[in-house]
Amino acid sequence: MTDLTHLNALQTRRRVRNQKISAGMRYVILFAVGLVMLYPLIWLVGASFKTNSEIFSSPGFIPAEPTLEGYRQGWETSTPFTFGRFFWNSFLIILPKTIGTAISCTLVAYGFARFDFPFKKILFGSVIAILLLPNVVTRIPQYILFRDLGWLDSFLPLWVPSAMAGDAFFVFMLVQFLRSIPPDMEEAARVDGCNSLQTLIYIVVPMLAPALISVCLFQFMWTMNDFLGPLIYLSSVDKYPVSLALKLSIDTTEAFEWNRILAMSVLTITPALIVFFVAQRYFIEGISAGGVKG
Amino acid sequence: MTRSEELDLTETSAGRVSGQAVSAPRPKGRGSIGLLYLAPYIVGLVVFTAIPFFASLYLSFTDYDLMSAPRWTGLENYVELFTSDRTFRRSLYVTLLYVFITVPLKLAFALFIAYILNYRLRFINFFRTAFYVPSILGGSIAIAVLWRYIFATNGLVNMGLGAVGIDPVNWFGDPVNALFTITLLRCWQFGSAMVIFLAALQSIDKSLYEAAAIDGASKWTSFVHITLPLLTPVIFFNLIMQMVQAFQEFNGPYIITGGGPLKSTYLLPLYIYDEAFRRFDMGYASAIAWVLFVIIMVLTLIAFWSSKKWVFYAGDKRS
Repeated sequence: MTDLTHLNALQTRRRVRNQKISAGMRYVILFAVGLVMLYPLIWLVGASFKTNSEIFSSPGFIPAEPTLEGYRQGWETSTPFTFGRFFWNSFLIILPKTIGTAISCTLVAYGFARFDFPFKKILFGSVIAILLLPNVVTRIPQYILFRDLGWLDSFLPLWVPSAMAGDAFFVFMLVQFLRSIPPDMEEAARVDGCNSLQTLIYIVVPMLAPALISVCLFQFMWTMNDFLGPLIYLSSVDKYPVSLALKLSIDTTEAFEWNRILAMSVLTITPALIVFFVAQRYFIEGISAGGVKG
Repeated sequence: MTRSEELDLTETSAGRVSGQAVSAPRPKGRGSIGLLYLAPYIVGLVVFTAIPFFASLYLSFTDYDLMSAPRWTGLENYVELFTSDRTFRRSLYVTLLYVFITVPLKLAFALFIAYILNYRLRFINFFRTAFYVPSILGGSIAIAVLWRYIFATNGLVNMGLGAVGIDPVNWFGDPVNALFTITLLRCWQFGSAMVIFLAALQSIDKSLYEAAAIDGASKWTSFVHITLPLLTPVIFFNLIMQMVQAFQEFNGPYIITGGGPLKSTYLLPLYIYDEAFRRFDMGYASAIAWVLFVIIMVLTLIAFWSSKKWVFYAGDKRS
């Protein structure tokens, strides 16, 4: 009898110990992975304050003689414009595109989630088809179309397709979100005499707000990072967004002025990082809700 | 994560891909008002997607340099691609190699980390955020630039390897290594796949594991027989999205390696870009784009078709 209790106690102790070990293992793995993942970013920030000779000489991230030269010279760029101009251009691309996306995707998602109409299944199927359609097939004719419209070297090719609810992912995400909201409030509004547009503006949009914030944040982030679109459509340097300007500065100065490039890289990712940390709840929920590229 | 739980992830991501969840819960709008709300989408669909889609198919059978009108050449572009264009053959090979290495590696890693995070650990939010940050930044040119620096011969990675006694690796000089740096960049961004896996893992009923443990199942057995089957809808979803995306990889090779060395990172999107926007050979570029499209489409269809055999939907009677 005592032997049995003893054995049980031993087993329990062993199990607890095993659990402790595997919990410890998990933390070790997570910390190691986290360190490996984040160290390049930490190093990037540190290296942007280093002198050129130090960048490739030590793996540490703390600069021996911190200097702002990289930022000062990088900001000036080798073009007639400063990086401020390129940030302004990015902003000019992002703002209308994001607003256009939010408005058009809300209208379309409302249409899909709350109305019945002919060809609805086919049209919703097309949303999924666009979602899976590789852009690479449509890019060349789109370029020719924008050229014929005289839109090359302007922001229009970057704004207009998104303002026509062209980013199917957002339409899909909003439709899913709307379907999870029971339409009771909207029915009440209709009984009180609201037409469907008023219902949309006063009832649906406030309820959609969290999902709409996710949409705007993702669109901001993707547009900030977009490289191929501006590369194809913009040719004059005075219209370059930061992504193109960074590529330009690699081409012109990389052979020796590394700290300039690293400093401007840090500035380029800063807006995205700030937005992410301020609003990360919306990002995580956004991807969990719909699944996201990236 | 509260809202995502309400949304029921399996339904949103799996139902979406198979295109089932179409009918509205309580349709009450009458007639065609709905179509009015869809107007911007329909116009955009026709002008920016449908017409360009067929136009590019047409262009692929022509010779078109943007100056004179497209000249119909029949199958000439395709014949050239598959018989005499060695750049194309090389590019196609490295593209397939890249996709088949990157996608499974990234998904396996994302699932592994999500699985660990799913234990009730402290700091889970901290880790989730830390692992997600690279996904936020990963598409950025700045990160591709950073990659050039850390994989340089005397860069951070080689310094780190040197510290543990490994000889420096020539990352960008060797064809296999160069492609692998781009794979690593994309695996580094495993965060969004991980968040999707994590949400799905959290929705699995814990009593299933308890029952299995009572029956004497090991952790590995429960993972293989409970976790994996219940995750198949999100695995399927992640697989398709990541594959479509990987086939279109452009920024990585364009910035980090420029397609080299020996065209070992010259992925098809790069080749298409060069043909279309550097040499202005729009017909030939469209033909390459269509080959790429058909490959993606065939693989997607295979995935959908085979999903009947391996994707498990909740409520299914099969086990």
